[in-house]
Amino acid sequence: MSLSITLTINGTPRTVELDDPRVTLLDLLRERLDLTGTKKGCDRGQCGACTILLDGRRVNSCLALALSHDGAEILTIEGLADGEACHPIQAAFIAHDAFQCGFCTPGQIMSALGLIQEGSAGDDPERVREGMSGNLCRCGAYRGITEAVLEAQQRMSRDAREEVA
Amino acid sequence: MADTLPLDSAANARHGSSIGQPLTRRDGVLKVTGQARYAADNHPPGLLHAVLAVSRIARGRVAFLDLAAAKAHPGVVEVMTPANRPLLAQDPDEKQGPFSFRLDLLQNDHVRYAGQPIAVVIAETLEAATEGATLLAPRYEAESTRLGLDAGEAFVPPAIGAGSPPEVRHGDIEAGLAGAAHRIEATYETPAQYHNAMEPHAIVASWDGNRLLVDTPSQGLAWARARLAGLFGIAPEDVHVRSPFLGGGFGSKGLISGPQILGAVAARMVGRPVKLVLRREQMYGPVGHRAPTQQVLRLGAAPDGGLTALAHHVRTVTSSFDDFYEAACDVSHTLYASPAIVTTADAVRVDTGTPIFMRAPGEASGSIALESAIDEMALACGMDPLEFRLRNYAEVEPISGKPFSSKALRECYRQGAERFGWAGRPLAPRQMRDENGLLVGWGLGTATFPAIMFQGQARAVLRRDGSGLAELGAQDMGQGAWTALAQIAADSLGLPLARLEFRAGDSNLPDAGIAGGSGHTATAGTALHSAGADAIGKLAALAMADERSPLFGAGNAGVIAREGMLLRRDDESRGESFAAILGRAGLEEVEGRGHGAADAAAQEHYAMHAHGAVFAEVKVDPELGQIRATRLVGAFAAGRIINPRLVRSQYYGGMIWGVSFALHEKAVLDRRSGRVMNADLAEYHVPVNADVPSLEAILVEEIDPHVNPLGVKGVGEIGITGSAGAVANAVWHATGIRPRRFPIGPEALIGGAPG
Amino acid sequence: MNRFDYIRPATVTEAIAAAAIPGSAYLAAGTNLIDLMKGGVLRPERLIDINHIPGLDRIEHLPDGGVRIGAQLRNADLAADPDFARRFPAIAEALLSGASAQLRNAATLGGNLLQRTRCAYFYDTASACNRRQPGSGCDARGGENRLHAILGWSDACIATHPSDLCVPLAAFGATLEIEGRDGRREVALEDLHRLPGEAPEQESVLAPGELIIALRLPAEAATFAPHARYIKLRERTSYAFAVVSAAAGLRLEGGVITEARLALGGVAAKPWRAEAAERALTGAPPDAASFGRAAEAALAEARPSGDNAYKIELARRILVRALTLAAAGTPERLPALPASPFAPLPGGRPHG
Ligand SMILES: Cc1cc2nc3c(=O)[nH]c(=O)nc-3n(C[C@H](O)[C@H](O)[C@H](O)COP(=O)(O)OP(=O)(O)OC[C@H]3O[C@@H](n4cnc5c(N)ncnc54)[C@H](O)[C@@H]3O)c2cc1C
Ligand code: SF4
Ligand code: FES
Ligand code: FES
Repeated sequence: MSLSITLTINGTPRTVELDDPRVTLLDLLRERLDLTGTKKGCDRGQCGACTILLDGRRVNSCLALALSHDGAEILTIEGLADGEACHPIQAAFIAHDAFQCGFCTPGQIMSALGLIQEGSAGDDPERVREGMSGNLCRCGAYRGITEAVLEAQQRMSRDAREEVA
Repeated sequence: MADTLPLDSAANARHGSSIGQPLTRRDGVLKVTGQARYAADNHPPGLLHAVLAVSRIARGRVAFLDLAAAKAHPGVVEVMTPANRPLLAQDPDEKQGPFSFRLDLLQNDHVRYAGQPIAVVIAETLEAATEGATLLAPRYEAESTRLGLDAGEAFVPPAIGAGSPPEVRHGDIEAGLAGAAHRIEATYETPAQYHNAMEPHAIVASWDGNRLLVDTPSQGLAWARARLAGLFGIAPEDVHVRSPFLGGGFGSKGLISGPQILGAVAARMVGRPVKLVLRREQMYGPVGHRAPTQQVLRLGAAPDGGLTALAHHVRTVTSSFDDFYEAACDVSHTLYASPAIVTTADAVRVDTGTPIFMRAPGEASGSIALESAIDEMALACGMDPLEFRLRNYAEVEPISGKPFSSKALRECYRQGAERFGWAGRPLAPRQMRDENGLLVGWGLGTATFPAIMFQGQARAVLRRDGSGLAELGAQDMGQGAWTALAQIAADSLGLPLARLEFRAGDSNLPDAGIAGGSGHTATAGTALHSAGADAIGKLAALAMADERSPLFGAGNAGVIAREGMLLRRDDESRGESFAAILGRAGLEEVEGRGHGAADAAAQEHYAMHAHGAVFAEVKVDPELGQIRATRLVGAFAAGRIINPRLVRSQYYGGMIWGVSFALHEKAVLDRRSGRVMNADLAEYHVPVNADVPSLEAILVEEIDPHVNPLGVKGVGEIGITGSAGAVANAVWHATGIRPRRFPIGPEALIGGAPG
Repeated sequence: MNRFDYIRPATVTEAIAAAAIPGSAYLAAGTNLIDLMKGGVLRPERLIDINHIPGLDRIEHLPDGGVRIGAQLRNADLAADPDFARRFPAIAEALLSGASAQLRNAATLGGNLLQRTRCAYFYDTASACNRRQPGSGCDARGGENRLHAILGWSDACIATHPSDLCVPLAAFGATLEIEGRDGRREVALEDLHRLPGEAPEQESVLAPGELIIALRLPAEAATFAPHARYIKLRERTSYAFAVVSAAAGLRLEGGVITEARLALGGVAAKPWRAEAAERALTGAPPDAASFGRAAEAALAEARPSGDNAYKIELARRILVRALTLAAAGTPERLPALPASPFAPLPGGRPHG
């Protein structure tokens, strides 16, 4: 059986032949497309390490069957930076030491992007903490994560305003 | 980038000393862009996927595996079982030294804990290997499971923790208790906990003839290499272990685990590279855990609150087949002054995997019990918990009588209390409410962790182009070795960080010792420090012997290295660049070698510990018993701080582990089957972001002239100690209910008077 | 995970036809189904992917004031719909207290209603479990069961249903549109899940292959909007299933409760509507005494099924809390920590 799907991954359309219906988006990215930035911490929707943006929304890629997302647009951590320049969230994560081992970090950053785009947390730290609670960090970098998300959020809304102006 | 970091970005470059600068992580860009390559991110050509099948019983033997069904599954290449597993040069049950544990490498069909590997399925795809493992559908001959602290006859082990005596007696404890004006006796229970680093144990292994290359997370590259070499009967030089990044370790990646080794065995068997990654539930068995404890604290105090006796007994468990004993009582050796101190330990054997070091081993479990008991005693004496601790401040190490090499704990108490706003805290519990009617409580815990050093080596090179290289097999599991060790190396070579190439995370580099015991920065840092000094010394010798050098004859006055220049110590206007010296000597480079280890003489004379004070606020719903640790302030003194930004992060992480210890994490074992029933990350609760709304860490200055040449103590583990007790004490203060069983659940609190 | 055939119907009719073959399962977001397949708990031979059927993800405000919501709508999207959240604030709050933002973005309403129990023995294929394997026994009895049911359980099964969403849906009288080979029918949400009795494997009243098309709330449900809350006790501040939870809605007139709606979560194999308690509140003043009486009535039949007697007291208290919060009035904006005891309170101090 060969099943073919098309996905737009980090802006590039790709046709993917799947020899197996069981492949999740996470395993597709990691094991078949060499996009290993997205991490697997639990494979069961319990840790958030595998967070990607799927059609603009943050989801756990470990529980998403690839076949079911034929035609979808996917953004992973590899597609976030603009060439050499870090995305404001990435820069803020570095500045606020929002990680230690770095294993949860791609998921945290993609989740932060999703949160900021959802637009419901604003500059309320408590809403940011709640909104980021689907991403476990065993190293305990939460304080830096919250600070980084708040700062990036501010910068991104400033940038957006400037663009409009 | 496998094992080296490029020269630094301009943003990181600072002039003058690197040590002490709050530099951002040098591996930061790699980590935030997804380019940092963790073990499981490797994908050599021809790679096969291996998945473990693990036992679902805790004791007995595997009677049947449906090999035919597994092999018939499309994509399955091979099933490795005890019947066909390639021979090893060593018996995995043979101990290879004090820090070697028995491994489960399919040596037979016996099962000694739930979660033990019983087969490995190797397939073309991860999906096929995973299903193949399920299709094995093992049948067992099961024996009854022994579990729990009362599972069998308790015995006194020969040694506990990393080799401390199971019984320490100082002074007359019974007299101290008998003569006390206040006495308390309390029993505290801590559960089994699992490290649960976010990165599951993983290995990508490939063989080239008799040479083995593995990518696997390791907190101890040299030990991992030696263990692999021994088991496969090959020379250590033929084993190459790469571990540039660990996705967390916390002790579970200190010694290479059975499943990791099985990945390499599988690769040998199929003659192709193999990737084996543990499933999350498989991390609750063969990769260690923190053993449960039951601790009995007996304290006596004089009318003025001075302790007269401190007795700390721990009952713990180890596996049926190996020995590791949680040294929870040892924390009572050093923290509080008492004329009589007794610590004792015993244990029972149970049918679980062997427990192992887990972040703040011994201290974490011991600290929550001791700090709770101290709080109970302060109350019995009618004293403020801080005042009580100051009353019992240990000016010298209580049992040994040694002075501390440094101890700024008093300052930690002072600064922490001030920042937290401790003054005015009501003595009685259940006095404070917030604007929403939630109960508010404040608690305190003293933090402590020994300043440990291992053995480590490093190499440093000064090059003719004016740049330098420092390298050692150091491991960065998140503590920031890539940055902090590079800072030390740059200073030791008198180079700006931007001119230093720094290599680590590879077993081909000099053995830097284990990243654990909060001793890595001290050990590896000292090795780098001396390697740099060695290189500079050689360079200086060249210059001082050369008539053409402005440093000629500087001999007695000596030279200093700074910013790529050697300068006369007595006249800093006279000097020349490293490049000039090497150029004239016609040398490409000079090499220095260094060694780091504890100074035995200093250890003989001084007690060496880091200290801290943690103040916690909790809020408790008065009717529902849900708890939140709303604010933590920790003040820590740990000698010299190489990089305050990274050190703060270590403290925050430790403090969150303390919150977790007190309120959240616990493995739930089914006593009949021996299986962990919450072997996941949904029901094994570790704190989420919303659990820790406010954390502060104060770096209290402490200059330690004795601990090592850098004056560095460890910061990785101390944060848990103190914090867990502070949270528990705050829960008491909020509710009037003394938690003695951790983590504290709602059922413990709702028994209290409602509202 | 076993191999399976993957079928992607384009219409409801196709889907139902495809699902008629035994061994089929509907795939919505898969956050529960794929999870269970990864654990080997479920091994369907055919997955019928209902994500590509158009028209199943709409929110329609009906002329009679009711609302009809497609079963494929994502949990996050329902909670984020401003009209919906204004009219049914307790439902939005329950949605936002469930799982994580990522899961809510994926998870569908239909999937949420039909998610399986989180009983650890159900998940552990080496354990005996009547629900997973009829007749095999129940290892939760005599096992680790401090989180298990206190209402409606049987000797065969003591599991709870984990959904947050279902709790206010039960309280506010939601109904479901269901389609199968025999056509469409309606089922009250309250009747969707079965209590275990002798046959815990029969979890719902759906016949094999029946598809939930939509969920409906009557206009009347919106009349509780000014006084409607959901509260959830958890073992961490977020991203955890309920130990117990409660939804409450009150209609108040002249200082008296004219109608009350109450349901409990985390206590039984279904969302537990507390009708006796609702009746006890009708005509009563919204005060602690009435709330206490209501809670007593709601838990009158409760019994521990294991190490969980404490949950009975907790359930009483959370009902009182939910009622107290509802009486205090629905906040303008959902709190930063939805359904949490740590959310600040608009109406001052309802605690003790
Ligand atoms: C870590 C974690 C934490 C969670 N925490 C919470 C929580 O706190 N509160 C909570 O309420 N939930 C929680 N959940 C559960 C989550 O809400 C459910 O997994 C989700 O709602 C299921 O929706 P889905 O679309 O993914 O369903 P699927 O997994 O696709 O389907 C679930 C079941 O429903 C069936 N099904 C789906 N749609 C239909 C339909 N239209 N008609 C007929 N049958 C259908 C499927 O066949 C399947 O049997 C959590 C889940 C995880 C993984
Ligand atoms: S309680 Fe129900 S779901 Fe849990 S093991 Fe028993 S029968 Fe299975
Ligand atoms: S790997 Fe997907 S949530 Fe953990
Ligand atoms: S940085 Fe290590 S898990 Fe988050």
